[in-house]
Amino acid sequence: MKSGRFWAWVVFALGAAYFFIPLIATVEFSMRMRRGVYSFDAYEVVLGDPRFQATFGYSVLAAVFTIILGVLIVVPTAYWIRLRLPQLRPVVEFITLLPLVIPAIVIVFGYIRMYGSNSPLPFLASDTGTNALLVIGYATLALPYMYRAVDTGLRTIDVRTLTEAAQILGAGWGTIITRVILPNVLIAVLSGAFLTFAIVLGEFTMASLLNRPAFGPYLQNIGANRAYEPAALAIIAFAITWACMSLIQILSRFAPRSANRPN
Amino acid sequence: MTDLSLSDHAIAGKTAPPSEARAFRLPTQWLGVAPFFIFAIMFLVLPTLYLVLGAFQNDAGAFTFDNIVGIFDPPNLSNYMQCQYDSWISWVDGNCKLPSILAAYWISIKISLASSLIGAFAGLAIAIAIVRGGLPNWIRSATLTFSGVASNFAGVPLAFAFLATLGRLGLATVILNTVFGFNIYAHGFNILSFWGLTLTYVYFQIPLMVVIITPAIDGLKKEWGEAAATLGATTAQYWRMVVIPVIWPSFLGTVILLFANAFGAIATAYALTGSSLNIIPIVLYAQIRGDVLHNPHLGYAIAFGMIVITGLANVFYIWFRTRSERWLK
Repeated sequence: MKSGRFWAWVVFALGAAYFFIPLIATVEFSMRMRRGVYSFDAYEVVLGDPRFQATFGYSVLAAVFTIILGVLIVVPTAYWIRLRLPQLRPVVEFITLLPLVIPAIVIVFGYIRMYGSNSPLPFLASDTGTNALLVIGYATLALPYMYRAVDTGLRTIDVRTLTEAAQILGAGWGTIITRVILPNVLIAVLSGAFLTFAIVLGEFTMASLLNRPAFGPYLQNIGANRAYEPAALAIIAFAITWACMSLIQILSRFAPRSANRPN
Repeated sequence: MTDLSLSDHAIAGKTAPPSEARAFRLPTQWLGVAPFFIFAIMFLVLPTLYLVLGAFQNDAGAFTFDNIVGIFDPPNLSNYMQCQYDSWISWVDGNCKLPSILAAYWISIKISLASSLIGAFAGLAIAIAIVRGGLPNWIRSATLTFSGVASNFAGVPLAFAFLATLGRLGLATVILNTVFGFNIYAHGFNILSFWGLTLTYVYFQIPLMVVIITPAIDGLKKEWGEAAATLGATTAQYWRMVVIPVIWPSFLGTVILLFANAFGAIATAYALTGSSLNIIPIVLYAQIRGDVLHNPHLGYAIAFGMIVITGLANVFYIWFRTRSERWLK
Protein backbone atom coordinates (compact mmCIF):
# COMPACT_ATOMS: atom_id res chain seq x y z
CA MET A 1 0.00 0.00 0.00
CA LYS A 2 3.03 2.26 0.21
CA SER A 3 3.06 2.98 -3.54
CA GLY A 4 -0.70 3.55 -3.26
CA ARG A 5 -0.16 6.34 -0.78
CA PHE A 6 2.56 7.83 -2.97
CA TRP A 7 0.20 8.01 -5.95
CA ALA A 8 -2.56 9.42 -3.76
CA TRP A 9 -0.23 12.27 -2.81
CA VAL A 10 0.74 12.82 -6.47
CA VAL A 11 -2.92 13.00 -7.55
CA PHE A 12 -3.76 15.32 -4.67
CA ALA A 13 -0.80 17.61 -5.42
CA LEU A 14 -1.67 17.83 -9.12
CA GLY A 15 -5.28 18.61 -8.29
CA ALA A 16 -4.28 21.22 -5.74
CA ALA A 17 -1.94 22.84 -8.29
CA TYR A 18 -4.67 23.02 -10.93
CA PHE A 19 -7.12 24.57 -8.48
CA PHE A 20 -4.82 26.96 -6.66
CA ILE A 21 -2.74 28.36 -9.54
CA PRO A 22 -5.70 30.21 -11.10
CA LEU A 23 -6.65 31.62 -7.69
CA ILE A 24 -3.10 32.78 -6.98
CA ALA A 25 -2.77 34.17 -10.50
CA THR A 26 -6.04 36.07 -10.13
CA VAL A 27 -5.03 37.54 -6.78
CA GLU A 28 -1.65 38.54 -8.22
CA PHE A 29 -3.24 40.04 -11.32
CA SER A 30 -5.79 41.99 -9.31
CA MET A 31 -2.98 43.70 -7.36
CA ARG A 32 -0.96 44.78 -10.40
CA MET A 33 -3.00 47.91 -11.13
CA ARG A 34 -0.39 50.35 -9.81
CA ARG A 35 2.75 50.10 -11.88
CA GLY A 36 5.71 48.42 -10.18
CA VAL A 37 4.17 47.68 -6.78
CA TYR A 38 1.39 45.47 -5.51
CA SER A 39 -1.61 47.41 -4.31
CA PHE A 40 -5.31 47.06 -3.62
CA ASP A 41 -6.17 49.83 -6.08
CA ALA A 42 -8.31 47.57 -8.23
CA TYR A 43 -10.43 46.61 -5.22
CA GLU A 44 -10.81 50.25 -4.22
CA VAL A 45 -11.88 51.19 -7.72
CA VAL A 46 -14.36 48.31 -7.89
CA LEU A 47 -15.87 48.81 -4.45
CA GLY A 48 -16.11 52.55 -5.00
CA ASP A 49 -17.87 52.18 -8.34
CA PRO A 50 -21.51 53.25 -7.88
CA ARG A 51 -22.56 50.78 -10.58
CA PHE A 52 -20.98 47.98 -8.55
CA GLN A 53 -22.96 49.02 -5.49
CA ALA A 54 -26.18 49.39 -7.45
CA THR A 55 -25.97 46.10 -9.35
CA PHE A 56 -24.72 44.19 -6.33
CA GLY A 57 -27.58 45.56 -4.25
CA TYR A 58 -30.04 44.66 -6.99
CA SER A 59 -28.79 41.08 -7.16
CA VAL A 60 -28.80 40.66 -3.37
CA LEU A 61 -32.40 41.84 -3.33
CA ALA A 62 -33.29 39.51 -6.21
CA ALA A 63 -31.64 36.63 -4.32
CA VAL A 64 -33.63 37.41 -1.15
CA PHE A 65 -36.92 37.45 -3.07
CA THR A 66 -35.90 34.26 -4.89
CA ILE A 67 -35.29 32.52 -1.57
CA ILE A 68 -38.64 33.70 -0.17
CA LEU A 69 -40.48 32.55 -3.30
CA GLY A 70 -38.58 29.25 -3.30
CA VAL A 71 -39.43 28.56 0.35
CA LEU A 72 -43.09 29.45 -0.19
CA ILE A 73 -43.34 27.00 -3.08
CA VAL A 74 -41.10 24.18 -1.90
CA VAL A 75 -41.77 23.81 1.84
CA PRO A 76 -45.56 23.28 1.74
CA THR A 77 -45.23 21.02 -1.29
CA ALA A 78 -42.49 18.81 0.12
CA TYR A 79 -44.38 18.62 3.43
CA TRP A 80 -47.67 17.73 1.80
CA ILE A 81 -46.01 15.11 -0.42
CA ARG A 82 -44.50 13.47 2.64
CA LEU A 83 -47.71 13.62 4.67
CA ARG A 84 -50.51 12.91 2.25
CA LEU A 85 -49.49 12.32 -1.34
CA PRO A 86 -46.44 10.06 -1.39
CA GLN A 87 -47.68 8.65 -4.69
CA LEU A 88 -46.94 12.04 -6.28
CA ARG A 89 -43.31 12.01 -5.16
CA PRO A 90 -41.82 10.72 -8.45
CA VAL A 91 -43.75 13.36 -10.44
CA VAL A 92 -42.65 16.21 -8.17
CA GLU A 93 -39.06 15.00 -8.13
CA PHE A 94 -39.07 14.80 -11.89
CA ILE A 95 -40.38 18.37 -12.18
CA THR A 96 -37.80 19.70 -9.73
CA LEU A 97 -35.07 18.11 -11.85
CA LEU A 98 -36.33 19.74 -15.07
CA PRO A 99 -34.28 22.93 -14.59
CA LEU A 100 -31.16 20.77 -14.82
CA VAL A 101 -32.41 19.36 -18.12
CA ILE A 102 -33.66 22.58 -19.70
CA PRO A 103 -30.83 25.11 -19.95
CA ALA A 104 -31.50 28.50 -18.32
CA ILE A 105 -31.17 30.25 -21.67
CA VAL A 106 -34.02 28.15 -23.07
CA ILE A 107 -36.26 28.83 -20.07
CA VAL A 108 -35.75 32.59 -20.31
CA PHE A 109 -36.24 32.46 -24.09
CA GLY A 110 -39.61 30.87 -23.43
CA TYR A 111 -40.47 33.63 -20.91
CA ILE A 112 -39.57 36.35 -23.40
CA ARG A 113 -41.84 34.84 -26.05
CA MET A 114 -44.70 33.90 -23.71
CA TYR A 115 -44.93 36.87 -21.38
CA GLY A 116 -44.20 39.73 -23.81
CA SER A 117 -46.15 43.00 -23.79
CA ASN A 118 -48.80 41.65 -26.15
CA SER A 119 -49.45 38.42 -24.31
CA PRO A 120 -52.36 37.74 -21.93
CA LEU A 121 -49.90 37.90 -19.01
CA PRO A 122 -47.64 40.83 -19.95
CA PHE A 123 -44.89 40.46 -17.35
CA LEU A 124 -42.41 42.19 -19.64
CA ALA A 125 -44.60 45.27 -20.14
CA SER A 126 -43.44 46.90 -16.90
CA ASP A 127 -40.24 47.11 -14.86
CA THR A 128 -41.90 45.55 -11.84
CA GLY A 129 -43.24 42.72 -13.94
CA THR A 130 -39.81 42.05 -15.46
CA ASN A 131 -38.21 42.06 -12.01
CA ALA A 132 -40.86 39.60 -10.87
CA LEU A 133 -40.18 37.41 -13.90
CA LEU A 134 -36.45 37.43 -13.12
CA VAL A 135 -37.13 36.32 -9.55
CA ILE A 136 -39.47 33.63 -10.86
CA GLY A 137 -36.80 32.48 -13.30
CA TYR A 138 -34.22 32.34 -10.52
CA ALA A 139 -36.66 30.36 -8.38
CA THR A 140 -36.94 27.75 -11.14
CA LEU A 141 -33.13 27.58 -11.38
CA ALA A 142 -32.92 27.07 -7.62
CA LEU A 143 -35.78 24.54 -7.54
CA PRO A 144 -33.62 21.37 -7.75
CA TYR A 145 -31.35 22.49 -4.91
CA MET A 146 -34.09 23.95 -2.73
CA TYR A 147 -36.33 20.91 -3.05
CA ARG A 148 -33.55 18.44 -2.30
CA ALA A 149 -32.40 20.43 0.73
CA VAL A 150 -35.91 20.72 2.19
CA ASP A 151 -36.80 17.10 1.43
CA THR A 152 -33.62 15.92 3.16
CA GLY A 153 -34.54 18.07 6.14
CA LEU A 154 -38.06 16.63 6.29
CA ARG A 155 -36.66 13.12 6.21
CA THR A 156 -34.94 13.70 9.56
CA ILE A 157 -38.14 14.67 11.40
CA ASP A 158 -41.28 12.69 12.06
CA VAL A 159 -43.70 14.72 9.97
CA ARG A 160 -46.81 12.68 10.77
CA THR A 161 -46.43 12.66 14.56
CA LEU A 162 -45.60 16.37 14.66
CA THR A 163 -48.63 17.16 12.53
CA GLU A 164 -51.00 15.06 14.63
CA ALA A 165 -49.61 16.50 17.85
CA ALA A 166 -50.17 20.03 16.52
CA GLN A 167 -53.68 19.13 15.44
CA ILE A 168 -54.51 17.77 18.88
CA LEU A 169 -53.47 21.14 20.26
CA GLY A 170 -55.87 22.78 17.81
CA ALA A 171 -53.46 24.14 15.21
CA GLY A 172 -54.61 24.91 11.66
CA TRP A 173 -52.59 24.15 8.54
CA GLY A 174 -50.97 27.59 8.41
CA THR A 175 -49.85 27.31 12.01
CA ILE A 176 -48.55 23.78 11.49
CA ILE A 177 -46.40 24.76 8.53
CA THR A 178 -45.07 28.06 9.86
CA ARG A 179 -44.70 27.19 13.55
CA VAL A 180 -44.05 23.45 13.60
CA ILE A 181 -42.62 22.23 10.30
CA LEU A 182 -40.62 25.28 9.20
CA PRO A 183 -38.67 25.68 12.46
CA ASN A 184 -37.82 21.98 12.34
CA VAL A 185 -36.42 22.14 8.82
CA LEU A 186 -35.03 25.64 9.18
CA ILE A 187 -31.43 24.49 8.90
CA ALA A 188 -32.16 22.57 5.71
CA VAL A 189 -34.05 25.57 4.33
CA LEU A 190 -31.13 27.87 5.16
CA SER A 191 -28.70 25.50 3.41
CA GLY A 192 -30.84 25.66 0.31
CA ALA A 193 -31.11 29.42 0.73
CA PHE A 194 -27.35 30.00 0.82
CA LEU A 195 -26.83 27.78 -2.21
CA THR A 196 -29.54 29.74 -4.01
CA PHE A 197 -27.83 32.97 -2.98
CA ALA A 198 -24.50 31.79 -4.42
CA ILE A 199 -26.15 30.74 -7.69
CA VAL A 200 -28.30 33.84 -8.13
CA LEU A 201 -25.78 36.52 -7.20
CA GLY A 202 -23.58 36.28 -10.28
CA GLU A 203 -26.17 34.83 -12.66
CA PHE A 204 -25.69 36.25 -16.13
CA THR A 205 -27.96 34.66 -18.74
CA MET A 206 -31.42 35.46 -17.40
CA ALA A 207 -30.55 38.91 -16.08
CA SER A 208 -28.88 39.87 -19.32
CA LEU A 209 -31.66 38.65 -21.60
CA LEU A 210 -34.32 40.31 -19.45
CA ASN A 211 -32.22 43.52 -19.46
CA ARG A 212 -32.04 43.78 -15.69
CA PRO A 213 -29.32 45.89 -14.00
CA ALA A 214 -27.98 42.85 -12.11
CA PHE A 215 -24.50 41.91 -10.94
CA GLY A 216 -23.86 39.27 -13.64
CA PRO A 217 -24.27 41.57 -16.64
CA TYR A 218 -22.22 44.21 -14.79
CA LEU A 219 -19.40 41.70 -14.34
CA GLN A 220 -19.53 40.85 -18.02
CA ASN A 221 -19.45 44.52 -18.95
CA ILE A 222 -16.44 45.22 -16.74
CA GLY A 223 -14.69 42.16 -18.17
CA ALA A 224 -15.09 43.47 -21.67
CA ASN A 225 -13.80 46.97 -20.87
CA ARG A 226 -11.26 46.83 -18.04
CA ALA A 227 -8.00 45.07 -17.28
CA TYR A 228 -7.44 44.67 -13.54
CA GLU A 229 -10.90 45.18 -12.08
CA PRO A 230 -12.25 41.85 -13.41
CA ALA A 231 -9.59 39.95 -11.46
CA ALA A 232 -10.55 41.81 -8.28
CA LEU A 233 -14.22 41.04 -8.96
CA ALA A 234 -13.41 37.36 -9.52
CA ILE A 235 -11.74 37.23 -6.09
CA ILE A 236 -14.71 38.98 -4.48
CA ALA A 237 -17.10 36.54 -6.16
CA PHE A 238 -15.01 33.58 -5.04
CA ALA A 239 -15.01 34.90 -1.47
CA ILE A 240 -18.81 35.22 -1.53
CA THR A 241 -19.24 31.68 -2.87
CA TRP A 242 -16.83 30.45 -0.20
CA ALA A 243 -18.77 32.28 2.52
CA CYS A 244 -22.07 30.75 1.39
CA MET A 245 -20.64 27.22 1.30
CA SER A 246 -18.97 27.66 4.71
CA LEU A 247 -22.27 28.80 6.20
CA ILE A 248 -23.94 25.67 4.79
CA GLN A 249 -21.22 23.50 6.37
CA ILE A 250 -21.50 25.24 9.72
CA LEU A 251 -25.29 24.90 9.62
CA SER A 252 -25.11 21.21 8.81
CA ARG A 253 -23.43 20.64 12.16
CA PHE A 254 -26.60 21.80 13.88
CA ALA A 255 -28.88 19.65 11.75
CA PRO A 256 -30.61 16.70 13.45
CA ARG A 257 -28.79 13.47 12.66
CA SER A 258 -31.42 10.79 12.18
CA ALA A 259 -35.12 10.23 11.85
CA ASN A 260 -37.11 9.19 14.91
CA ARG A 261 -39.32 7.13 12.67
CA PRO A 262 -38.73 6.73 8.96
CA ASN A 263 -41.85 7.41 6.93
CA MET B 1 -65.64 4.30 18.89
CA THR B 2 -64.34 5.18 15.46
CA ASP B 3 -60.99 4.24 14.07
CA LEU B 4 -60.58 7.44 12.11
CA SER B 5 -57.21 9.01 12.58
CA LEU B 6 -56.96 12.51 13.97
CA SER B 7 -55.73 14.04 10.75
CA ASP B 8 -58.83 12.83 8.94
CA HIS B 9 -60.95 14.71 11.46
CA ALA B 10 -59.05 17.88 10.83
CA ILE B 11 -59.56 17.61 7.09
CA ALA B 12 -63.25 16.91 7.40
CA GLY B 13 -63.91 19.62 9.93
CA LYS B 14 -65.18 18.96 13.41
CA THR B 15 -68.84 18.38 12.63
CA ALA B 16 -68.65 16.48 9.35
CA PRO B 17 -69.55 12.80 9.51
CA PRO B 18 -67.04 10.32 8.08
CA SER B 19 -68.93 9.72 4.84
CA GLU B 20 -68.91 13.40 3.99
CA ALA B 21 -65.22 13.52 4.83
CA ARG B 22 -64.54 10.98 2.10
CA ALA B 23 -66.36 13.07 -0.46
CA PHE B 24 -64.36 16.20 0.34
CA ARG B 25 -61.03 14.52 0.70
CA LEU B 26 -59.75 14.47 -2.85
CA PRO B 27 -59.88 18.20 -3.67
CA THR B 28 -58.33 19.20 -0.30
CA GLN B 29 -55.50 16.77 -0.80
CA TRP B 30 -54.64 18.26 -4.17
CA LEU B 31 -55.02 21.83 -2.97
CA GLY B 32 -51.84 21.38 -0.95
CA VAL B 33 -49.68 20.87 -4.00
CA ALA B 34 -51.62 23.14 -6.34
CA PRO B 35 -49.29 26.19 -5.96
CA PHE B 36 -46.29 24.07 -6.89
CA PHE B 37 -47.94 22.59 -9.97
CA ILE B 38 -49.34 25.93 -11.12
CA PHE B 39 -45.86 27.46 -10.76
CA ALA B 40 -44.17 24.58 -12.57
CA ILE B 41 -46.66 24.58 -15.42
CA MET B 42 -46.66 28.34 -15.90
CA PHE B 43 -42.93 28.98 -15.62
CA LEU B 44 -41.27 25.73 -16.57
CA VAL B 45 -43.48 23.52 -18.69
CA LEU B 46 -45.49 25.98 -20.79
CA PRO B 47 -42.57 28.25 -21.80
CA THR B 48 -40.61 25.19 -22.91
CA LEU B 49 -43.62 23.76 -24.71
CA TYR B 50 -44.15 27.10 -26.43
CA LEU B 51 -40.63 26.93 -27.89
CA VAL B 52 -40.96 23.28 -28.85
CA LEU B 53 -44.24 23.95 -30.67
CA GLY B 54 -42.74 27.07 -32.25
CA ALA B 55 -39.94 24.94 -33.61
CA PHE B 56 -42.48 23.08 -35.72
CA GLN B 57 -44.44 26.09 -36.97
CA ASN B 58 -43.88 28.70 -39.66
CA ASP B 59 -44.81 32.39 -39.45
CA ALA B 60 -48.40 31.61 -40.37
CA GLY B 61 -48.64 29.08 -37.57
CA ALA B 62 -48.84 26.07 -39.85
CA PHE B 63 -47.02 22.86 -39.07
CA THR B 64 -43.62 22.53 -40.75
CA PHE B 65 -40.27 20.80 -40.51
CA ASP B 66 -38.51 23.72 -42.22
CA ASN B 67 -37.03 25.10 -38.98
CA ILE B 68 -35.52 21.79 -38.03
CA VAL B 69 -34.15 21.48 -41.57
CA GLY B 70 -32.83 25.04 -41.19
CA ILE B 71 -30.53 23.90 -38.40
CA PHE B 72 -28.79 21.65 -40.87
CA ASP B 73 -28.83 24.14 -43.70
CA PRO B 74 -28.81 27.80 -42.57
CA PRO B 75 -29.73 30.50 -45.07
CA ASN B 76 -27.19 32.93 -46.50
CA LEU B 77 -27.59 36.62 -45.88
CA SER B 78 -26.49 39.23 -48.36
CA ASN B 79 -26.55 42.15 -45.95
CA TYR B 80 -23.03 43.40 -45.48
CA MET B 81 -24.00 45.61 -42.52
CA GLN B 82 -25.24 42.58 -40.68
CA CYS B 83 -21.86 40.96 -41.27
CA GLN B 84 -20.08 43.95 -39.81
CA TYR B 85 -22.35 44.02 -36.81
CA ASP B 86 -22.02 40.41 -35.78
CA SER B 87 -18.42 39.31 -35.58
CA TRP B 88 -19.39 35.69 -35.67
CA ILE B 89 -20.80 35.97 -39.17
CA SER B 90 -18.09 35.99 -41.81
CA TRP B 91 -18.06 37.66 -45.20
CA VAL B 92 -17.04 35.06 -47.74
CA ASP B 93 -17.05 35.44 -51.54
CA GLY B 94 -19.40 38.41 -51.53
CA ASN B 95 -21.87 36.48 -49.42
CA CYS B 96 -22.61 36.81 -45.80
CA LYS B 97 -21.95 33.35 -44.45
CA LEU B 98 -23.80 32.43 -41.34
CA PRO B 99 -21.83 29.99 -39.30
CA SER B 100 -23.43 26.65 -39.69
CA ILE B 101 -25.69 26.06 -36.72
CA LEU B 102 -24.75 22.44 -36.98
CA ALA B 103 -21.09 23.38 -36.50
CA ALA B 104 -22.03 25.33 -33.37
CA TYR B 105 -23.83 22.29 -31.98
CA TRP B 106 -20.81 20.19 -32.82
CA ILE B 107 -18.33 22.49 -31.04
CA SER B 108 -20.65 22.59 -28.03
CA ILE B 109 -20.91 18.82 -27.94
CA LYS B 110 -17.14 18.44 -28.28
CA ILE B 111 -16.36 20.92 -25.51
CA SER B 112 -18.99 19.42 -23.21
CA LEU B 113 -17.77 15.90 -23.91
CA ALA B 114 -14.07 16.75 -23.49
CA SER B 115 -14.61 18.75 -20.30
CA SER B 116 -16.92 16.13 -18.81
CA LEU B 117 -14.56 13.23 -19.58
CA ILE B 118 -11.45 15.05 -18.32
CA GLY B 119 -13.38 16.30 -15.30
CA ALA B 120 -14.77 12.85 -14.60
CA PHE B 121 -11.47 10.97 -14.73
CA ALA B 122 -9.56 13.63 -12.80
CA GLY B 123 -12.40 13.88 -10.27
CA LEU B 124 -12.51 10.11 -9.88
CA ALA B 125 -8.74 9.98 -9.33
CA ILE B 126 -8.96 12.68 -6.67
CA ALA B 127 -11.94 11.00 -4.98
CA ILE B 128 -10.13 7.65 -4.86
CA ALA B 129 -6.99 9.36 -3.56
CA ILE B 130 -8.80 11.07 -0.69
CA VAL B 131 -11.01 8.10 0.26
CA ARG B 132 -8.68 5.15 -0.31
CA GLY B 133 -5.21 6.66 -0.59
CA GLY B 134 -4.40 6.71 3.10
CA LEU B 135 -4.06 10.49 3.16
CA PRO B 136 -4.55 12.37 6.43
CA ASN B 137 -8.19 12.95 7.35
CA TRP B 138 -8.07 16.73 7.10
CA ILE B 139 -7.19 16.46 3.42
CA ARG B 140 -10.43 14.64 2.75
CA SER B 141 -12.63 17.20 4.47
CA ALA B 142 -10.66 20.13 3.03
CA THR B 143 -10.97 18.70 -0.49
CA LEU B 144 -14.71 18.13 -0.11
CA THR B 145 -15.27 21.64 1.23
CA PHE B 146 -13.21 23.18 -1.54
CA SER B 147 -15.05 21.07 -4.12
CA GLY B 148 -18.36 22.40 -2.85
CA VAL B 149 -17.11 25.93 -3.41
CA ALA B 150 -15.35 25.37 -6.74
CA SER B 151 -18.27 23.47 -8.29
CA ASN B 152 -20.37 26.59 -7.71
CA PHE B 153 -17.66 28.98 -8.84
CA ALA B 154 -18.67 29.27 -12.47
CA GLY B 155 -19.97 31.92 -14.77
CA VAL B 156 -18.33 35.24 -15.46
CA PRO B 157 -15.85 35.33 -12.51
CA LEU B 158 -14.39 31.97 -13.56
CA ALA B 159 -13.63 33.40 -16.98
CA PHE B 160 -11.83 36.34 -15.30
CA ALA B 161 -9.75 33.96 -13.21
CA PHE B 162 -8.60 32.02 -16.26
CA LEU B 163 -7.85 35.19 -18.22
CA ALA B 164 -5.64 36.27 -15.32
CA THR B 165 -3.93 32.85 -15.39
CA LEU B 166 -3.65 31.78 -19.01
CA GLY B 167 -4.49 34.97 -20.89
CA ARG B 168 -1.71 36.67 -22.84
CA LEU B 169 -0.61 38.55 -19.72
CA GLY B 170 -1.69 35.88 -17.26
CA LEU B 171 0.59 34.72 -14.47
CA ALA B 172 1.04 31.17 -15.77
CA THR B 173 1.68 32.39 -19.31
CA VAL B 174 4.25 34.94 -18.13
CA ILE B 175 6.04 32.54 -15.78
CA LEU B 176 6.20 29.80 -18.42
CA ASN B 177 7.64 32.34 -20.83
CA THR B 178 10.18 34.12 -18.61
CA VAL B 179 11.29 31.25 -16.37
CA PHE B 180 11.00 28.26 -18.68
CA GLY B 181 11.30 30.12 -21.97
CA PHE B 182 8.15 28.45 -23.24
CA ASN B 183 5.68 30.74 -24.94
CA ILE B 184 2.40 28.81 -24.97
CA TYR B 185 0.80 31.33 -27.32
CA ALA B 186 3.60 30.82 -29.84
CA HIS B 187 2.87 27.12 -29.64
CA GLY B 188 -0.72 27.49 -30.67
CA PHE B 189 -2.47 27.74 -27.30
CA ASN B 190 -5.17 30.34 -26.96
CA ILE B 191 -7.49 30.80 -24.00
CA LEU B 192 -10.18 31.85 -26.50
CA SER B 193 -10.21 28.46 -28.17
CA PHE B 194 -11.60 24.97 -27.84
CA TRP B 195 -8.91 23.84 -25.40
CA GLY B 196 -8.90 27.13 -23.53
CA LEU B 197 -12.63 26.86 -22.88
CA THR B 198 -12.40 23.14 -22.07
CA LEU B 199 -9.63 23.75 -19.55
CA THR B 200 -11.77 26.48 -17.95
CA TYR B 201 -14.89 24.29 -17.76
CA VAL B 202 -12.85 21.54 -16.10
CA TYR B 203 -12.46 23.91 -13.14
CA PHE B 204 -16.09 23.34 -12.14
CA GLN B 205 -16.42 19.85 -13.64
CA ILE B 206 -13.74 18.15 -11.48
CA PRO B 207 -15.16 19.40 -8.14
CA LEU B 208 -18.68 18.41 -9.18
CA MET B 209 -17.40 14.91 -9.95
CA VAL B 210 -15.59 14.75 -6.59
CA VAL B 211 -18.76 15.82 -4.73
CA ILE B 212 -20.97 13.25 -6.49
CA ILE B 213 -18.63 10.27 -6.75
CA THR B 214 -17.08 10.36 -3.25
CA PRO B 215 -20.20 8.83 -1.62
CA ALA B 216 -20.14 6.07 -4.27
CA ILE B 217 -16.54 5.21 -3.38
CA ASP B 218 -17.41 5.38 0.30
CA GLY B 219 -20.13 2.86 -0.49
CA LEU B 220 -17.58 0.25 -1.54
CA LYS B 221 -17.82 -2.08 1.40
CA LYS B 222 -14.65 -3.14 3.15
CA GLU B 223 -15.98 -6.69 3.28
CA TRP B 224 -15.83 -6.94 -0.51
CA GLY B 225 -12.10 -6.28 -0.46
CA GLU B 226 -11.65 -8.81 2.33
CA ALA B 227 -13.82 -11.37 0.55
CA ALA B 228 -11.83 -10.90 -2.65
CA ALA B 229 -8.57 -11.25 -0.74
CA THR B 230 -9.85 -14.41 0.96
CA LEU B 231 -10.64 -15.88 -2.43
CA GLY B 232 -7.07 -15.14 -3.48
CA ALA B 233 -7.66 -12.09 -5.68
CA THR B 234 -4.75 -9.74 -6.34
CA THR B 235 -5.26 -5.98 -5.93
CA ALA B 236 -5.54 -5.65 -9.70
CA GLN B 237 -8.18 -8.35 -9.87
CA TYR B 238 -10.09 -6.77 -7.00
CA TRP B 239 -10.20 -3.48 -8.89
CA ARG B 240 -11.01 -5.01 -12.26
CA MET B 241 -13.69 -7.45 -11.06
CA VAL B 242 -15.24 -5.70 -8.07
CA VAL B 243 -14.56 -1.96 -7.85
CA ILE B 244 -14.89 -0.99 -11.50
CA PRO B 245 -18.15 -2.91 -12.16
CA VAL B 246 -19.71 -1.40 -9.02
CA ILE B 247 -18.60 2.18 -9.65
CA TRP B 248 -19.13 2.08 -13.40
CA PRO B 249 -22.86 3.02 -13.52
CA SER B 250 -22.55 5.97 -11.16
CA PHE B 251 -19.41 7.05 -12.97
CA LEU B 252 -21.13 7.04 -16.37
CA GLY B 253 -24.19 8.68 -14.89
CA THR B 254 -22.10 11.50 -13.49
CA VAL B 255 -20.24 11.95 -16.79
CA ILE B 256 -23.62 12.56 -18.41
CA LEU B 257 -24.62 15.02 -15.70
CA LEU B 258 -21.35 16.90 -16.24
CA PHE B 259 -22.02 16.88 -19.98
CA ALA B 260 -25.43 18.50 -19.56
CA ASN B 261 -23.92 20.93 -17.07
CA ALA B 262 -21.35 22.13 -19.60
CA PHE B 263 -23.72 22.05 -22.55
CA GLY B 264 -26.16 24.63 -21.18
CA ALA B 265 -23.49 26.94 -19.74
CA ILE B 266 -23.09 30.26 -21.45
CA ALA B 267 -21.78 32.92 -19.06
CA THR B 268 -18.22 31.59 -18.79
CA ALA B 269 -17.85 31.17 -22.53
CA TYR B 270 -19.40 34.54 -23.29
CA ALA B 271 -17.19 36.41 -20.83
CA LEU B 272 -14.11 34.50 -21.96
CA THR B 273 -14.42 34.54 -25.71
CA GLY B 274 -17.05 37.19 -26.38
CA SER B 275 -18.64 35.78 -29.50
CA SER B 276 -15.48 34.50 -31.14
CA LEU B 277 -16.18 30.88 -30.32
CA ASN B 278 -19.52 29.75 -31.66
CA ILE B 279 -20.88 27.35 -29.11
CA ILE B 280 -24.62 26.79 -29.47
CA PRO B 281 -25.78 28.71 -26.35
CA ILE B 282 -23.93 31.79 -27.63
CA VAL B 283 -25.60 31.48 -31.04
CA LEU B 284 -28.97 31.21 -29.29
CA TYR B 285 -28.06 34.19 -27.09
CA ALA B 286 -27.25 36.30 -30.15
CA GLN B 287 -30.46 35.12 -31.80
CA ILE B 288 -32.61 36.10 -28.80
CA ARG B 289 -30.95 39.50 -28.52
CA GLY B 290 -31.05 40.48 -32.14
CA ASP B 291 -32.66 37.83 -34.31
CA VAL B 292 -29.38 37.52 -36.20
CA LEU B 293 -30.68 34.52 -38.12
CA HIS B 294 -33.65 36.60 -39.35
CA ASN B 295 -36.06 33.85 -38.56
CA PRO B 296 -37.54 33.68 -35.06
CA HIS B 297 -38.64 30.11 -35.61
CA LEU B 298 -35.05 29.03 -36.28
CA GLY B 299 -34.32 30.24 -32.74
CA TYR B 300 -37.08 27.97 -31.43
CA ALA B 301 -35.56 25.11 -33.38
CA ILE B 302 -32.13 25.75 -31.81
CA ALA B 303 -33.69 25.78 -28.34
CA PHE B 304 -35.57 22.59 -29.17
CA GLY B 305 -32.33 20.94 -30.28
CA MET B 306 -30.65 21.90 -27.00
CA ILE B 307 -33.52 20.41 -24.99
CA VAL B 308 -33.35 17.21 -27.05
CA ILE B 309 -29.61 16.83 -26.37
CA THR B 310 -29.70 17.57 -22.63
CA GLY B 311 -32.94 15.57 -22.35
CA LEU B 312 -31.37 12.50 -23.95
CA ALA B 313 -28.35 12.92 -21.69
CA ASN B 314 -30.60 12.94 -18.63
CA VAL B 315 -32.57 9.90 -19.73
CA PHE B 316 -29.27 8.02 -19.77
CA TYR B 317 -28.35 9.58 -16.43
CA ILE B 318 -31.54 8.34 -14.74
CA TRP B 319 -31.05 4.92 -16.28
CA PHE B 320 -27.48 4.61 -14.96
CA ARG B 321 -28.50 6.06 -11.63
CA THR B 322 -31.15 3.42 -10.99
CA ARG B 323 -28.66 0.73 -11.96
CA SER B 324 -26.02 2.06 -9.57
CA GLU B 325 -28.45 2.38 -6.67
CA ARG B 326 -28.92 -1.36 -6.68
CA TRP B 327 -25.41 -1.70 -5.34
CA LEU B 328 -24.85 1.39 -3.27
CA LYS B 329 -27.31 1.61 -0.46
